[in-house]
Amino acid sequence: MVEDILVDIKKDYVLSKLKEGERIDGRKFDEFRKIEIQTNIISKAEGSALVKLGNTQVIVGIKMQVGEPFPDTPDKGVIITNAELVPLASPTFEAGPPDEFSIELARVVDRGVRESEAVDLNKLCIEEGEKVWLIFIDIHALDDDGNLLDASSLAAISALLTTTVPAERFEVGDNFPLPVRDLPVSITSLIVNDKFLVDPSRDEVSVGNNFLTITTDQEDNVVAMQKSGSYLLKENRFFEILDTSISKAREIREYLKDI
Amino acid sequence: MSELNEEIQLIFGDKRLDGRKFDELRNIKIEAGILRRADGSCYLEMGKNIVVAAVYGPREVHPRHLQDPSKAVIRYRYNMAPFSVEERKRPGPDRRSVEISKVSREALESVIMKELFPRSGIDIFVEVLQADAGSRTACLNAASVALVDAGVPMKGMITSIAVAKADGVMVLDPMKEEDNYGEADIPFAFLIRGGKIESIALLQMDGRVTKDELKEAFELAKKGAMEIYKLQKEAIVKKYLESVENG
Repeated sequence: MVEDILVDIKKDYVLSKLKEGERIDGRKFDEFRKIEIQTNIISKAEGSALVKLGNTQVIVGIKMQVGEPFPDTPDKGVIITNAELVPLASPTFEAGPPDEFSIELARVVDRGVRESEAVDLNKLCIEEGEKVWLIFIDIHALDDDGNLLDASSLAAISALLTTTVPAERFEVGDNFPLPVRDLPVSITSLIVNDKFLVDPSRDEVSVGNNFLTITTDQEDNVVAMQKSGSYLLKENRFFEILDTSISKAREIREYLKDI
Repeated sequence: MSELNEEIQLIFGDKRLDGRKFDELRNIKIEAGILRRADGSCYLEMGKNIVVAAVYGPREVHPRHLQDPSKAVIRYRYNMAPFSVEERKRPGPDRRSVEISKVSREALESVIMKELFPRSGIDIFVEVLQADAGSRTACLNAASVALVDAGVPMKGMITSIAVAKADGVMVLDPMKEEDNYGEADIPFAFLIRGGKIESIALLQMDGRVTKDELKEAFELAKKGAMEIYKLQKEAIVKKYLESVENG
């Protein structure tokens, strides 16, 4: 009940600020919170990254195994993405099997990595039709202060960039760096009436879970999109968000170039 | 998606693998009110897709703690029959169908006037009996007709259609080969009100497209949606006239 009232108060505050053309934390509508990326924080993992987006924190760990390829792609490695919204990260998360939010999160992150062909899966075949590398991208939320999705996408590609294929451990040759050839970046906007805010914080989300995520690759191609939430979107608004997402992604991609 | 690109030719001049033009839909058949027990229902074929939608409600919500004192709770279940695809699908929800159910529910939630039915629930169940690319769009189209058949008040009609990129060309309503071997798949759903497309209720995408190709996709999708909308309306009118005739 107290939570409900607080949400209503926050909502009114966010909306009244927006009327004045401002966000509650003083950011511009197309401004991200402070981004911090730390890589190789888990030495047991083949690759890892902790991403902070303001107070939101997500760890992605990459584990690799030798396994069987899919029958329709006998000479390609396999990507498997999972997200765990553990109860430690928010009072509203519950332990147990993944709910629709964590499934959606994992699938949208996965689409960005997969469709941009960021990982060169052709180089992850060990024995055609028999043995290929399986890449497990595991998203572990630590603190949900809004926009877990972009934090997770950023952590996923950062972790992949630092991944070493553990060939020696599996006795299939020498270790080698995971071949990464593109840098997909997802940009999530919160749609509020006739405006949209990139990288929404949890307080801003009190106005409703109305999101649009657009993931682009290094050449500004769109590689994944997801409209999430029960709202109606105008076509002209969509193209405005697309333009902003493309230019924001370019900015954020710069952070990845230092890894 | 694009990995297998070279292996199969999808575009032949100005025609597609199945002889369709780029902006041509597959055959669509829609029938409203085909189930006895449900409050509203719809049978729909779109190419080789065969789906059945049923609507129950507004009715009491179980479990009761899910009730919302301010509006109806909308539930949507997209479910594939084990025999609907080449290789038997294990029964029950997988990650893909959980995601499809979520975005489809959200699309319908945005147009159902749920404030009219506080504390009640509207359940929408859609079974995919045969799948051949675009099953989520077929299901939404069927669900939309079933909701009208059940008399659930809505702001307008939801009409859904996908556009794909195949051999570098944007094509309307992709079938299996274009979905599997194409370079992108973009499912849309629109709110159509007063005979006009008003806004986007569902939008997803995977693959790789430029901004200009997205613009092209929107135009194709809107054209296709208007054609489907007419068929949805016809199906509802036909059911209504029949029930008037039969007293």
